[in-house]
Amino acid sequence: MVRRLVIIGAGMATGRLLERLLEAAPQTFEVTLFNAEPRGTYNRLMLSPVLAGEKAFADIMTHGPDWYSARGVTCRFGERVTAIDTDARLVSGEQGSVPYDDLVIATGSTPFIVPLPGAGLEGVMAYRDVEDTQRMIDLGAVAGKRAVVIGGGVLGLEAAAGMAERGVDVTVIHNAGHPMNRQLDAEAGGLLAKALEARGITLCLGAASQEILGDSAGHVRALQLADGREIPCDLLVMAVGIRPATDLARAAGLEVNRGVVVDAQMRSSAPDVYALGECTEFEGTLFGLVAPLYDQAAVLAQVLQGQEAAFRITELATKLKVTGCDLFSAGDFSEGLGRENIVFRDPARGHYKRLVIEAGQLIGAVMYGDTADSAWLYDIILEGRDICEMRDVLMFGPAFEGAAPLDAYGGRCSLTA
Amino acid sequence: MTSLSEGHIDRSPRKGAGGGASTCTTCPYCGVGCGVIATPDFTAPTPRVEIAGDTDHPANFGRLCVKGMALGETVSTEGRLLHPQVYGQKAGWSQTLDLVASRFAKTIEKHGPDSVALYVSGQLLSEDYYVANKLMKGFVGSANIDTNSRLCMASSVAGHKRAFGTDTVPGTYEDLEEADLVVLTGSNLAWCHPVLYQRIAAAKAARPTMRVVNIDPRRTATCDLSDLHLPLAPGSDVALFNGLLAAIAKSGAVDDSFVETHVNGFDAALAAAQAVDLSVCDLDAGDIATFFDWFCSTEKTVTVYSQGVNQSSAGADKVNAILNCHLATGRIGRAGMGPFSVTGQPNAMGGREVGGLANMLACHLDLENANHRDAVQGFWNAPVMADKAGLKAVDMFEAVGSGKIKAIWIICTNPVVSMPDADAVKAALEGCDFVVVSDMYATTDTARLAHVVLPATGWGEKDGTVTNSERRISRQRAFLPSAGESRHDWDILSDVARRMGFSGFEYERPVDIFREYAALSGLAAHLGRDFDISGLKDITDAEYEALQPVQWPVSTVKTGGRFFGQGGFFTEDGRARMLPVTHRPPQGKRARKYPMWLNTGRVRDHWHTMTRTALSARLGGHLAEPFLEIHPVDAKALGLKPASLADVTSPRGTATLRVLVTDRLRQGEVFAPMHWTGETAPTGRIDALVAPIVDPVSGQPESKATPVRVSPHSAAWYGFAVSVHEPQAGTRYWAKARAQTGWRIELADDKEPADWLRFAARLLDLDPDSCEALTLFDDASGLWRVAFLRDGVLAGALFAARDPVAVARAHVVGQLDQPSGPPILAGRPGADMPDPGATICSCFNVGINTIVSAIEAQGLASVDAIGVALKAGTNCGSCRPELQALLSTSAKKEAAE
Repeated sequence: MVRRLVIIGAGMATGRLLERLLEAAPQTFEVTLFNAEPRGTYNRLMLSPVLAGEKAFADIMTHGPDWYSARGVTCRFGERVTAIDTDARLVSGEQGSVPYDDLVIATGSTPFIVPLPGAGLEGVMAYRDVEDTQRMIDLGAVAGKRAVVIGGGVLGLEAAAGMAERGVDVTVIHNAGHPMNRQLDAEAGGLLAKALEARGITLCLGAASQEILGDSAGHVRALQLADGREIPCDLLVMAVGIRPATDLARAAGLEVNRGVVVDAQMRSSAPDVYALGECTEFEGTLFGLVAPLYDQAAVLAQVLQGQEAAFRITELATKLKVTGCDLFSAGDFSEGLGRENIVFRDPARGHYKRLVIEAGQLIGAVMYGDTADSAWLYDIILEGRDICEMRDVLMFGPAFEGAAPLDAYGGRCSLTA
Repeated sequence: MTSLSEGHIDRSPRKGAGGGASTCTTCPYCGVGCGVIATPDFTAPTPRVEIAGDTDHPANFGRLCVKGMALGETVSTEGRLLHPQVYGQKAGWSQTLDLVASRFAKTIEKHGPDSVALYVSGQLLSEDYYVANKLMKGFVGSANIDTNSRLCMASSVAGHKRAFGTDTVPGTYEDLEEADLVVLTGSNLAWCHPVLYQRIAAAKAARPTMRVVNIDPRRTATCDLSDLHLPLAPGSDVALFNGLLAAIAKSGAVDDSFVETHVNGFDAALAAAQAVDLSVCDLDAGDIATFFDWFCSTEKTVTVYSQGVNQSSAGADKVNAILNCHLATGRIGRAGMGPFSVTGQPNAMGGREVGGLANMLACHLDLENANHRDAVQGFWNAPVMADKAGLKAVDMFEAVGSGKIKAIWIICTNPVVSMPDADAVKAALEGCDFVVVSDMYATTDTARLAHVVLPATGWGEKDGTVTNSERRISRQRAFLPSAGESRHDWDILSDVARRMGFSGFEYERPVDIFREYAALSGLAAHLGRDFDISGLKDITDAEYEALQPVQWPVSTVKTGGRFFGQGGFFTEDGRARMLPVTHRPPQGKRARKYPMWLNTGRVRDHWHTMTRTALSARLGGHLAEPFLEIHPVDAKALGLKPASLADVTSPRGTATLRVLVTDRLRQGEVFAPMHWTGETAPTGRIDALVAPIVDPVSGQPESKATPVRVSPHSAAWYGFAVSVHEPQAGTRYWAKARAQTGWRIELADDKEPADWLRFAARLLDLDPDSCEALTLFDDASGLWRVAFLRDGVLAGALFAARDPVAVARAHVVGQLDQPSGPPILAGRPGADMPDPGATICSCFNVGINTIVSAIEAQGLASVDAIGVALKAGTNCGSCRPELQALLSTSAKKEAAE
């Protein structure tokens, strides 16, 4: 029996879900896919390379119209969903409603706009989608433009670096002492700050925004900081975080905390209604990185087929997609009793790596400058392997794993035994 | 390197590839005296010298050991003293020699001739040696000239003289090949005289019935060749050979007619022998019986002995115990039989011949024989002949310490390292009024203490003759210009003699000295001495230049050959003497405080105090730090882990050495090499522990039986470093060696540096600001690594840890001066880059890991198969015993699996 599956939102998690589901059970579901953006799934992570001019929009589309039509997916792109009726098992869109046997809410997240005075001015924006990206690209098309980015996290820095690449004079306002403070320790953050400044980006660290100032036409003209400094700008990008987009779910009466509450099978509080992606909250945790969302998608694909599967949270890893700023962090790298650091430094090349060991296991890694071995280290963190035997070469990657034969006495002296 | 190894060698100079001529000369290392062909290439930025064995030289027939093969790497002028140095300042020759002459003259005038001394060397050429001896004994009028041969050969000299009347080595090297039984005693021939070892090995391979017995407390590399190893208790040789003499008598192996005709003292010697208690040897009774049986039943027997016999408070008696057995059986001076002392230095024999020892005159004449003295005085036209024996080495430095000797001139030797109680020698020189040192380097432990350092020429620059262990005189020829202002030792000595107002030192060339010396030997022969080269007294300059290796005597009566086959001993009555000798244990006492015996000796790839061998990276790669061999049971009891450090303490001093756990030696005994110095490993100066106990007859120190205590040396950290610059270490323990492109150093210290990066920069002599500094710090586990790159090339690296640091040293050393990056700090090669391991074959630079993996992967079953696969062991062959050991280990491993 064909089941009617309705999905709200065509983000990356949905893309993965559909791939898995339609590959495994191509005849089981009749899919209707709503998306507020007027397009199907694209790799949102690749917006930054697009902004930087390294890729075109076309390059990052992962699921174009042909993909959906070949698989019989009914696409309702550019159409907002207005309501969900869980009793009637009906989803209403701007163009009419559709019944479902199974519903997946994958509404994603919305950027958080800091409620500063002037936040409503023209030229104050977030960085979320293709349109936002295009707006920043357009700014760079005119010489001498200035931008302020509030937020020195991954997204803010990618926006800043992309605009700087396009010739915009960019200042980043960040409240902590070093950029990406949630992903990097102070030393790696310092190296990153230096690298960003080297590409012409001005960093205001430890800075608090006070007010966005506009001109007579109601367009942003500057950001005023708490210390009184005014930073002139033609565009102000807020990149201070995201909030799960939960309005629809909440209105439908689903259990919503900060996100739509799901269990390990991605079930919401209503029967046959699932949630997926950045809009979800699982065991009190919200999700903003793609890896766990892909995990969710894989779990949900199985659950929808009646198979047993359970989502669980793993350690997260971060990379920054700014060319020349290779960095990586994973796991827990805060200082603490019983935590031991192995630190590699190559100041001349601006390379820095820190591995955090606890009880003989690698629990965290911060790498700046050279992240070639990050995947290998990430696996070691995830697997919880005992690293005692390889501790002295752990820093240098899998090529040194499994000791090469050493000299007499394990190479501990200059003798031949 | 072996381009000239085949075919007849024209000894006249000819052009080599690099424009330099090929020169036939003699190796400057051990007493085998191998012929070497050196071909310098002056077209290179620094002259390179190609080295090959001389196929025509009767000592080696083209073979060379690894040290000889590497000679070309040791002739650089780097680090050489290039001008005279007075009180640390550069000075001119004339003013310097005036100073030396006047200080010696004034000292003699004020305090008498015995207030001055010369301490010389078995590495001097005979011509140098002759002039030194002539100056002291005939013109200064004191016999206070002794030589480092005292530490090496004096017991053999004494033993020979007591038995034969003269210091005569009866046989020739061919005897070693023609023998049916070769008894090696106190001789690690495989490492110390590798070419003789190979000659015996080749003979044994061709004639497998030949037997080899190795008598040595340690199971050395030489055991690879032996059919029977007798690991006797240290110092029990006299007992063993007394037991043998008794067995000879019992078995009827005595040559009655020879004894009857040519030997005195048989009965007394036998009676003493029969009183022996063999239990002191601590040997298996069956093994002893086998040895005795083989000896008694084998006519063609040669007994080879070296430092293990000589360096003993009973050294002379040991020699005589051996000689007794050969005299009783008449096995002497005939093909394939005889006692055979092999010397440690290239010209120990020459030194003995010219009278370089304090108790000899010249040409084997006796100082205390008035006829001999008169003859020499007349010949020299000498003003004041010394008439009594001078001070032997140990007494000489004690006299320096007590102020009796107020001026000493040390030539071509490093007593601050090599003498027993070496720290006392150091203190004595520090307190001496006037110390002159002639050397190639002003940086030796001894030269550092000199008021005047005279730059002497070295091997490759010097010209003259040496005599090897089989009495063969060979030419050392110059093929390089003298470095800087350096001068030949004979020339410096003659110049000082002339400045002191003495005539008879107007030599212009070595041949002038040689002719005089040969003429004097004719006089000696008339006085009944063995040493006679009077056949060469009229040698022309051109003949001397072209002189072929020749075995003495060279006279109208006899040329070359063996001695004593038909008797003809150089005693008053022409008969040999057998001496009654009795076992005397080493004089030191093992007691609760010092419960172990310390034995000392050589390693394969180094020679003496390493002034030359330390210049070669491939020689340094075999054993790049000093060590203490200790039995596993002892190591365990003392809590000594392999590769940890140990303190070895005697009442005289303490050394800190790397622990090498091995069952090659007996429980309760330890072994340490004697090569390392203040320049290479200051805590490894093992002779600082050795007591100045000497043989009462020979004056030779007991270097192989010192009671010591061994304990773990705890350090806060251990390190290994490499640098393109010479490391500057100030740590408690360090040992540095050359690498192909720089240096390597082992370290340990009591306190962690506050800043490892700065510490490493200072140690490696690198400016951190001009380098890319890579660091890996793991403070919790105690791991600190620093590497410096210059323009992407590895300039230096330090690996430190709280325990002896695990680093693939050969790999890291190989990366020096190569393009490098962060993975160097891994301290081992990545999966795609095999680690060769420590060097086993120094000729072809083949590492232990390469060999072991080839054995395992290719199923190599013999040393020759390894040679085919890797070339290892196919050149000088010095590493063949080690290759054999690796094969055995790997076979055992396979069996266990």
